[in-house]
Amino acid sequence: MMESKTATVSMKNVTKTFGSLIANDKVNLDIYKGEILALLGENGSGKTTLMNMLSGIYFPDEGQIFINGKEEVIKSPKDALMLGIGMVHQHFKLIDVLSATENIILGLEGKLNIKEASRKIDEICKKYGFEVNPEQKIYDMSVSQKQTVEIVKVLYRGADILILDEPTAVLTPYETERLFNVLRKMRDDGKAIVIITHKMHEVESLSDRVAVLRDGKYIGSMATKDTNVTEMTNMMVGHAVTLNIERPNPVNPKPRIEVQGLTVRSEEGILKLQDVSFTANSGEILGIAGISGCGQKELLEAIAGLQVTESGTIHYVDDDGTREMLIGRDPLKIAEMGVSLSFVPEDRLGMGLVGNMDIADNMMLRSFRRGRTPFTNRKPSKKLAANVVENLDVVTPGITTPVRRLSGGNVQKVLVGREIASAPTVLLTAYAVRGLDINSSYTIYDLINEQKKKGVAVIFVGEDLDVLLELSDRILVLCGGQVSGIVDARKTDKNQVGMMMTRIGGSESHESEK
Amino acid sequence: MNQKSKEPFFHIVKRDVLPWHKSLGIRAAAIVLALILCAIVTTITTGINPIQVYESIITGAFGTVRKTWVTLQNISILLLISLALTPAFKMKFWNIGGEGQVLMGGLAAASCMICLGDKLPNVLVIICMVIASVAAGALWGFIPAFFKAKWKTNETLSTLMMNYIATQLVAFFTIVWEVPKGSGKIGIINQNSNVGWLPQVFGSKYLLSILVAVVITAFMYIYLNYSKHGYEISVVGESENTAKYVGIKVGKVIIRTMVLSGAICGLVGLLLVGGINHTITTTIAGGQGFTAVLVSWMSKFNPLTMVFSSFLIIFMNRGASEISTNFGLNQSYSDILTGIILFFIIGCEFFISYRIQFRKKAEKEEQ
Repeated sequence: MMESKTATVSMKNVTKTFGSLIANDKVNLDIYKGEILALLGENGSGKTTLMNMLSGIYFPDEGQIFINGKEEVIKSPKDALMLGIGMVHQHFKLIDVLSATENIILGLEGKLNIKEASRKIDEICKKYGFEVNPEQKIYDMSVSQKQTVEIVKVLYRGADILILDEPTAVLTPYETERLFNVLRKMRDDGKAIVIITHKMHEVESLSDRVAVLRDGKYIGSMATKDTNVTEMTNMMVGHAVTLNIERPNPVNPKPRIEVQGLTVRSEEGILKLQDVSFTANSGEILGIAGISGCGQKELLEAIAGLQVTESGTIHYVDDDGTREMLIGRDPLKIAEMGVSLSFVPEDRLGMGLVGNMDIADNMMLRSFRRGRTPFTNRKPSKKLAANVVENLDVVTPGITTPVRRLSGGNVQKVLVGREIASAPTVLLTAYAVRGLDINSSYTIYDLINEQKKKGVAVIFVGEDLDVLLELSDRILVLCGGQVSGIVDARKTDKNQVGMMMTRIGGSESHESEK
Repeated sequence: MNQKSKEPFFHIVKRDVLPWHKSLGIRAAAIVLALILCAIVTTITTGINPIQVYESIITGAFGTVRKTWVTLQNISILLLISLALTPAFKMKFWNIGGEGQVLMGGLAAASCMICLGDKLPNVLVIICMVIASVAAGALWGFIPAFFKAKWKTNETLSTLMMNYIATQLVAFFTIVWEVPKGSGKIGIINQNSNVGWLPQVFGSKYLLSILVAVVITAFMYIYLNYSKHGYEISVVGESENTAKYVGIKVGKVIIRTMVLSGAICGLVGLLLVGGINHTITTTIAGGQGFTAVLVSWMSKFNPLTMVFSSFLIIFMNRGASEISTNFGLNQSYSDILTGIILFFIIGCEFFISYRIQFRKKAEKEEQ
């Protein structure tokens, strides 16, 4: 049946280089109407670059693009839209102070007619089952609403080839399912859909066909129903990998971090955390689940001494039972107290690392104060950098490469490598595998498990419930800044945690909310 | 294949990091091209032989021993101000208040010369001048930094406004101290006693500024690249959140760096008043506080490169005044030439980061 279709998009021998880096090497890719194609590949394999060329952001160095059998030259996003190609980027491109309608019609030529536009938007929403209030301002919207606006925006412009770059990275399971239903409807309506994602279960449940890229090269494509996660992963990685997250039993867990009645307000006075209490034990992974923006960031930053708190206490309990108050102390004072606390923040290049500095200088961030002279000593950090690069298989031209030039997975390895090098007793991680491909993700899980076995108290903020359930010992579920409950990860399931994320205690079902 | 014609004639492709000799080659080519364009412009607009113009530029800068010394001294002053601004810029603190900081340093030095000139021995006056001018410059740096650290005020505005305050203060004291009354000028201070005139080094009145510049260049290079402070400045400049994350006190670093930045500017004020001009006017900094911004940026905040950048600008500047006298051209003419050269030098950075791929080449590769 697939053979009978003609490709609506056909990319032939497309090559794109950035300096000496070959992002795409003679890639051939066909996209069909009425089909959802999942584009797979590890970080840095060239998925986004390829799609950026299709949507007119980059111009290919070589190769041809055929749309409906005709060779086209796509010089700009405008050209792409004229050909019916629309892309929803990972980072939304919306103007906060404008309403949904205004954002959607922004940049379109012709007479400005908001009423007519709103009507047309309503029509699109009804057709595919979107929920958008055209008058609502972007700054009032949740992440998933913003994403909806982005999708409506490209549909409004008449796109029938839709590209979505990691659309589910910021969505809750419920929102993801809703998005998938919309995408399925669009497929049935005859649109061609390309989705870039790292989550294999999404690939399985949503896509009709998968295409795999590796190191910028096109490896192959196949019908999703004829393949499985292991085969797809092997194609992405290039060799066989085992995909099991191990979960050793905690050895001799003792309370390490005790949080009591923690309340945090943002600078704008919005309540971010409300009366949060829990204990994190040594040798245990405490998973933290919750819709994004539910206070995970504030919680970790409060423990790390980066967040001003309103009330409550955070105590660090030493092996010998002495308790140290962490609130009111900045990271430097916490370290001076002899508390070895490591923190892998969410925004790696914005907080944990300095993008323009090389790997060795980034290793020095924690230790540059050592020594009595006013001068820095780069020798230990160079050694540490070399160690991390070797032990964690960081792909880099050398330790003098600026961190921002590395791919997401390698940046994360550098950060995690530095943080665990200081032999921590507490390890805080926020979305440790966000944007990482499956192979790098498992490397990170292994590293975290290693720390757990060493008796480190690990607090793991995650977004993928499957992973949280497999990796954690206990899961603390946050809902709107409050503790919705703490559950034993071995005895709970995705549904229960999902419900707790949206309702305190998770007792009521989702449908009653609607 | 006729659709091929729709393909853009060229498109821009990011380059890999170029080896140093290639990027140096691009820069050299840019200067050569700029000189050729300057020559064409000169011939068309004035009819003067451009070779002669270039000759006079060189004689203007290095024609005599005295001219060479003055050129070197001017380079030193511009270099010093550029060095002073650099740590702030590296921290992404846009200190465009170099002008005011220099003026305040100069004013402090002048006030010591005038008020203490006949009360203290020369050595003590000079010590007072050094302390006062460095402190005055530092204070002018501290104020905007403090407000930035405490209340996140915009330093671009506050440092700029501080320039005007400094200019007005100098204007005010010019009237207070004017000699003779009503002239609106201070004139040469302590012309007879020479009290507070900075000493000549090895018998040369130009060498002091040059030596100070050499020392500060070396200091700044080491400070920025090898000291803990320099490291903190880089981290704060790149990401305040990362700085907080590792326990660097951002406010403290901002204030400390700006005090240093202002202090070096104050030192320049001392050299200008005590060492070179022996008077103070509102234009004593001569806009170099702003030119230094350009020098610092053009050199990508590298103190060693700044030596060349300030050389280039002063060289053109000096040559320019020579042209204007020799050929009866306006001083603005040299500004045009300097502008063309700077345009090429800054513009060539684009070709260091990107290359242009033409359509023909792409087609050839396909075949």
